[in-house]
Amino acid sequence: MTEQKITLSVNGQSYTRMIEPRLLLSDFLRQEIGLTGTHVGCEHGVCGACTVVLDGRSARSCLTLAIQAEGTEIETIEGLGNVDKLGRVQEAFRQHHGLQCGFCTPGFIMAITDMLRHHPLETDDQIREALSGNICRCTGYEHIVNAVRELAKERGPLK
Amino acid sequence: MKPAPFDYLAAKSISEAVEALAASGGDGKIIAGGQSLMPMINFRLVKPTILVDINRIGGLDRIEKHDDRLRIGATVRHHMTATDVLVFEHLPILQDAMHHVAHLTVRNRGTFCGSVCHADPAAEMPMMTLLLNGTITAWSVRGERQIAASDFFLGSLVNALEPDEFVTSIEIDTLKPDTGWGFEEFSRRQGDFALACAATTLRIEDGVARSVRFALMGVGETPLRLAAIEEIIDGKTVSESLLDQVSEALNDFLQPNTDLHASADYRRHLAGALARRALRDAWKRADLRKGKTDD
Repeated sequence: MTEQKITLSVNGQSYTRMIEPRLLLSDFLRQEIGLTGTHVGCEHGVCGACTVVLDGRSARSCLTLAIQAEGTEIETIEGLGNVDKLGRVQEAFRQHHGLQCGFCTPGFIMAITDMLRHHPLETDDQIREALSGNICRCTGYEHIVNAVRELAKERGPLK
Repeated sequence: MKPAPFDYLAAKSISEAVEALAASGGDGKIIAGGQSLMPMINFRLVKPTILVDINRIGGLDRIEKHDDRLRIGATVRHHMTATDVLVFEHLPILQDAMHHVAHLTVRNRGTFCGSVCHADPAAEMPMMTLLLNGTITAWSVRGERQIAASDFFLGSLVNALEPDEFVTSIEIDTLKPDTGWGFEEFSRRQGDFALACAATTLRIEDGVARSVRFALMGVGETPLRLAAIEEIIDGKTVSESLLDQVSEALNDFLQPNTDLHASADYRRHLAGALARRALRDAWKRADLRKGKTDD
């Protein structure tokens, strides 16, 4: 089918590519522009590993077509920090041992980036509900909840 | 796990969208949030020849109140419905229901109208549309058509739309200030589809229940609005003996499926237990809100 041209911003940098309409945003990020920090797990919206932030809100990049992201601003794990200088959420995960194998971590961190901006995280119930869309097979979640609790405390109540 | 090839059109107007749908000869699909459609496309269960994206059509992203009805546009995301001030004031039951819709990342993209069109028998918004006497507005090249929610859900994942029609908005009842409500759902994990769910609204007039609405989901091929249960409750006080009567009646009505997640017996038991809780909540809230009016 006919390729179409898209231009979008990823972590503040603009990219223009010719793509097939069927290309998923997750594959666009990994294969077209080489940002492999966004992980692909289930490819049907269940595991949350591919979560990115799209125009300020978290989104499953495997359930979004790259072509639908025309003109949008995407944030991925690469935009938050790097090994030499971790972002705040990454640092909280490190301190609280919020990861073991690390496969689900980029998805968790992008979802948490969104929930720190938009969601009340005053109780553990609220934190667990907010985290329920991401699956981790290593940690048992406890350490992830601990990391989010600290971040939420730091943020204070939602304005 | 990758979609089969298709063409794509980001429609700028309703007329552009319906013309593209008509031209596809029934093989086109509408996409808004894509949270139900994209998994099916990724699995190649659905192989559209063209996807018509309605996200860029102006005016479909609004929630408006007209008299005692709320109109929800086709690109209104779940997170918008969950935090909308009109919903907060006039449809608190919808807010309760929203907590059970998938997860926050899915609610950021998924739409109310899309969920209704998907017609999953264990999804919240189809049941809420049925409970609140919804009217679905669909467009095609032939013009506009209104479909009552009671005529819309034909089976599991089957709705009454023609292949060249798409939904532009859905209207549902708001709750009067003296109306109590109850919403009770059970699922295995937070955000999963319901094993069973009950929703009800009622008012108290002269000490008895009136204007009763009662719906269930997860226990049949479609969400169910149960007039027979509404009649049992209408004109009575919601007491434990009335609740016994309701769960007995439900036992006779319901023919749920046995599947991987729950047996038919367990689902029937859940439906009865959840109906009891929802009706108790609705009665308590109606009692607290008794005599309240719009002014």
